[in-house]
Amino acid sequence: MSEQHFSTPADIPARAGAGLKACHYENILENAPDIGWFEIHAENYMGDGGPPHHALKQIRDRYPISCHGVGLSIGSEQPLDQDHLARLKTVCTRYAPGLFSEHLAWSTHDTGFLNDLLPVPYTEETVSRVAEHIDQVQNYLGRPMLLENPSTYVAFDESDMNEIEFLRQIVERTGCGLLLDVNNVHVSANNQHYSAEGYLDEFPVEVVGEIHLGGHAEDEDDDGAPLLIDAHDREVADLVWSLYENLIARIGPRPTLIEWDNDVPDWQTLFKDVERADAVLRSAAKQHSHAA
Amino acid sequence: MPFCAAPRNSTPMPLKHRQADFAQALLNPDIPVPQGVVDPNGAPAPKRFAVYRNNVTVSLIEAMATAFPVIQKIVGAEFFAAMARDFVRAHPPTSPLLMFYGEAFPDFLRGFTPVAHLAYLPEVAQLELYRRQAYHAADDEPLPDNFLGATAPEDLANLSVVFHPSLRLLEATYPALSLWEWNNASNEANRPALPEHGEAILIARPELTVEMHRLPPGSIQFLTVLAEGAPLGAAAEAGATNPQFDLATCISSLLESRIAISYCLVGAQQ
Amino acid sequence: MTKKVVTTTNMALAAAVATALTAASVSTTPAAAAGKEKCYGVSLAGQNDCAAGPGTTCAGTSTIDYQGNAWTLVPEGTCTTIELPKQADGTERKGSLEALERDLPT
Repeated sequence: MSEQHFSTPADIPARAGAGLKACHYENILENAPDIGWFEIHAENYMGDGGPPHHALKQIRDRYPISCHGVGLSIGSEQPLDQDHLARLKTVCTRYAPGLFSEHLAWSTHDTGFLNDLLPVPYTEETVSRVAEHIDQVQNYLGRPMLLENPSTYVAFDESDMNEIEFLRQIVERTGCGLLLDVNNVHVSANNQHYSAEGYLDEFPVEVVGEIHLGGHAEDEDDDGAPLLIDAHDREVADLVWSLYENLIARIGPRPTLIEWDNDVPDWQTLFKDVERADAVLRSAAKQHSHAA
Repeated sequence: MPFCAAPRNSTPMPLKHRQADFAQALLNPDIPVPQGVVDPNGAPAPKRFAVYRNNVTVSLIEAMATAFPVIQKIVGAEFFAAMARDFVRAHPPTSPLLMFYGEAFPDFLRGFTPVAHLAYLPEVAQLELYRRQAYHAADDEPLPDNFLGATAPEDLANLSVVFHPSLRLLEATYPALSLWEWNNASNEANRPALPEHGEAILIARPELTVEMHRLPPGSIQFLTVLAEGAPLGAAAEAGATNPQFDLATCISSLLESRIAISYCLVGAQQ
Repeated sequence: MTKKVVTTTNMALAAAVATALTAASVSTTPAAAAGKEKCYGVSLAGQNDCAAGPGTTCAGTSTIDYQGNAWTLVPEGTCTTIELPKQADGTERKGSLEALERDLPT
């Protein structure tokens, strides 16, 4: 069973894709659903071998794959884990994904991995640190990456710029692209008391290479006001769909991922959201071709 | 300032301190919410910070439940979650590769007083850990199960074997494999009788499925010596230190489990 | 050229291999076939044969940690029905591991 590599990157079409889950492997391989692409979490394919690679190789033969890292801790003050970077490169070499993305967040400290996407203060110091890390990643992997806007639940006293300014500076310094998670925009806008529409109006959409949509849960903050949790455990909310529809109508079709990571449903349920996103993308494609 | 309503403090906290405080408070609920972690109005926000605490703790407890389904079944979901919380706080993951998380769990169970009466738990946990390691180990092609048949009798003692990267051996003082099967039985009627002795277990994934085999007496010693690169002759001698050792039975299980991926003759001439 | 000596070990090995090959020829084919079955990390009904273990998360959770305390709770899973047989000498099998060293092949 020799390790096979894919030589050319899989171009990710401006269609809807889905996060690849082990419980759907069999259905995907047997029924070949009509879907534009799949996204993997890099860390799930960092084992040496076994069924995950066996399944992914066959799926990669049939569909474009994009790669989403969840454990690099780009927002960490501490240096990037070089071993982890090497493992990322192995995954990227093995599967030649069309896109590679990571989060504006941190998840490791000293030797511990905290298994959550933790928030960073928006300061000059953080911009420098994150930009330095992104440079390292792009140089090491030999490809540009996309950085994803986060869902946040707290703010920091020391923050002295807003998220958009922060992301713009990162893009300017590193040349990276952005992954725009519209659910994260909705969650953070609610939690940080700003307008999601206003945020999207100012977002540097010209560098958006991919969009994420996912479901969220609702909790309460210290004052009893709604606090949204980026739980990825249900359908995409209607308010998020309308933000997405307006965005796509304005900027044109972009590859759009449906993320469902907790309480993963059967394929049909997940696929409904995929079809809904595809419909939005198709209608925008028509509009944009008429306008052109 | 839109999109970031937090008013500024006059002395900005360095990122290094910010993350050290934040990380420490995440895993230790007795530590107060770090200074400067606020809501959009700049007010302290313990409930908001608790979202991160909860995310970290719950996601790691759930990872443990996925990693050790049989242990969870044996002690029940409620007790398992409580025990796993103690474990994740004492042994947070050191790597983002959660598929390998929980290596310290068997030892943790050995010292965890509330389950001291379930003395078989550490070995069952070890079996679950080995199954997971075998599952994700590198792939390789097993030799045909008659590969020894091609070797001339006078060469057999000098034949050394390379094993599949997924091979794990567990010499359990309790019937760990029977307990695993008992807990995975589809219904009560299919539960195996539990033997009164320990079990020597081979765990490997020659192809896509993780397989487990009960080994005959002396096999662990026999296979361990082979795995270290020594030839069959030396392995046979090691196995024979067990009075119940039977060479033919041990070679049978070596062939049946299809764990050999290559072989060569060492020091061929005597 | 040195003549190869057929030692006692070699004779024992040759006999053992011959016995093993005869015994193995019937039993291995189904095992080999089983290993090639599809197995992608899905828990098959009633078994955990294919479990890949914990995966990643890039989401928070809506599950609230209920903060139970293992030191005050009692395990209530299948351990309440598992009865390990007594050993031949009648020793209860719930004691410490040290008491069970007798199970180890010596």
